[in-house]
Amino acid sequence: MKLYEYMGKELFQQYQLPVPRGRLAESAEEAAQAAAELGEVVIKAQVLAGKRGKGGGIGFASTPEEARREARRIFGLILQGNPVHRVLVEEKLAIQQELYLAIAVDGSARCPVILASMDGGMDVEEVPPERMVRFPVDINLGLQPFMAREVCRRLGELAPPQQKQLLELLPKLYRLFRELDAELVEINPLAWVGEKLVAADAKINIDDDALERHPQLPRVTDKTDLEQKAQELDLAYVELGGEIAVMANGAGITMATLDMVQSFGGSPANFLDCGGGAGVERTAQALELLLGTNPRVILINIFGGITRCDVVAEAFVKVKESKGIDRPVVFRLVGTNEDRGRAILEGVGIKACRTMEEAVRQAVALSRGEAEA
Amino acid sequence: MAIYVHRHTRVLVQGITGRQGSFHTAQMLAYGTRIVGGISPGKGGQKVEGVPVFNTVFEAMEVQPAEASILFIPAPFARDAAMESIAAGIRLLVLIPEHIPLHDAMEIMAYAGRHNVVVVGPNTFGLVSSGQCKVGIMPNDYFVPGPVGVVSRSGTLCYEIVGTLAAAGLGTSTVIGLGGDRVVGLSFIDVLQRFEEDEETAAVVLVGEIGGSAEEEAARFIAASMSKPVVAYIAGRSAPPGKRMGHAGAIIERGRGTFESKVEALEMAGVPVANLPQELPQLVKAALKR
Repeated sequence: MKLYEYMGKELFQQYQLPVPRGRLAESAEEAAQAAAELGEVVIKAQVLAGKRGKGGGIGFASTPEEARREARRIFGLILQGNPVHRVLVEEKLAIQQELYLAIAVDGSARCPVILASMDGGMDVEEVPPERMVRFPVDINLGLQPFMAREVCRRLGELAPPQQKQLLELLPKLYRLFRELDAELVEINPLAWVGEKLVAADAKINIDDDALERHPQLPRVTDKTDLEQKAQELDLAYVELGGEIAVMANGAGITMATLDMVQSFGGSPANFLDCGGGAGVERTAQALELLLGTNPRVILINIFGGITRCDVVAEAFVKVKESKGIDRPVVFRLVGTNEDRGRAILEGVGIKACRTMEEAVRQAVALSRGEAEA
Repeated sequence: MAIYVHRHTRVLVQGITGRQGSFHTAQMLAYGTRIVGGISPGKGGQKVEGVPVFNTVFEAMEVQPAEASILFIPAPFARDAAMESIAAGIRLLVLIPEHIPLHDAMEIMAYAGRHNVVVVGPNTFGLVSSGQCKVGIMPNDYFVPGPVGVVSRSGTLCYEIVGTLAAAGLGTSTVIGLGGDRVVGLSFIDVLQRFEEDEETAAVVLVGEIGGSAEEEAARFIAASMSKPVVAYIAGRSAPPGKRMGHAGAIIERGRGTFESKVEALEMAGVPVANLPQELPQLVKAALKR
């Protein structure tokens, strides 16, 4: 779960990490009031999409009137599909230098990693690897003072007061990372302003699988309504916008099915993994979700292991009878209880394919309005 | 010999009295796995499929020493159960559950590392040395003995591929699911190294997917240290960036972990990458002839 910048900064404050003075505003009027308090300000759109500066989502103002105008402009923006409902109004910083600091999870080393660079303020992908310090942390040891010192040494170009503040800041950031089950905490830029390091931005991602341990944290979603519904049903679902709705059992095989659809010239409407060993009820819910994308063709690819073919077929018939499915359906069904599953489908006039390739070719042909292969 | 597990490996099942635990205990026994005990706190003394149930892993290890343990424990409690096994002296731990919190997984890996315990998963189907020992949840039918080692990040796709290989007359030595999470115990490299040393394995199929850099790291290892042929399939060519494709680890983040980067790295290392899963048997056969 990604948190908005203003939420991240509230958490930073709880952990005594330095942030600029600021106010959250939900209208241009509130932004103007905030500017009246703060003086010269920066106004930042609160959206989860990155690169909001390039999209015009950041503005400056020296008077409340200017702040009102800038805020009004920003509230009218759609940033990578995200409307702006809130802006963060902050004191404008006289930034002398921009650093980068983050704690992330290193999948290869299987541990947290401190990331630090003298090249802050730009997209982190653009920082050359040799300019990025990476220091792994033994999670059962925790962040030790020597680690922070070593990070400073490797940064190489820190002035003594900067080093002193970084040594104080890192353990606090690490404590936040650990206590909140974060996947990523990132300060970019970590600004050097009048002899102080200040977190000019805040990015915090919390591990979805640990959210139950953190009832105090706000809940944020960047999912569409259907994706949200899928999440409530504990189904892995992603909207893709094409014409062929796809359901398969297993993340890898679902991806492989989408890839094959695309490589045969079709366009997938979604990713939907109905998981292993799902019962009739759950499978039926997954199928109903598929219909929600309003696809031209439905493609179901089941390689039964723990998942039983007859259960999937039964769920399909149930949905077909209760909701009525008025568009072509292509089924691939092999594995556990295959014969029973096929018989159930034949009862409603569907002849299931045996291979993935055959099924995908049929689905693509149907989506293009060509005759069934 | 196959790798990691074989016909003499003694296995414990943690969470044996649960719905999944008992079902897969029966399936593993049917495959021929030597399951010597199960653990379910408070249910010691019972039997599941004829297997004695113990209250703790330590108790099980006193009565029925085992090398491997497989976990069917709900994700919020998996950390404790995994640590228990490591503390009690298990050498190989298979973590089936999905949704184990990331920080828990990191703690498990650090503790396992200190005790030299091999961890398969989390979010894996487990592993099987064909015809000998299955410690996992895959269907029994497709895993017939043969010369091909398979290592995969995903489950059903791996069954699909193993099924395709079997249909083409290619059996498997050992098939391992690394797991779909971002932090998992084994890397492609760990497994490739074992396959390289294993007499029963003549060629390796690597089944990767978008996200992370495990395939790129594997490619470097293959180029430098593998004499046996490796062929690959990578899922997720059509996946958009920033979206989690089912697996927690299957996400293109900040331009990293893309399909193109993985395929390029593998091809540079001389690994043929199949466009479609059904092309793999052909590629394996060609590789075996070389």
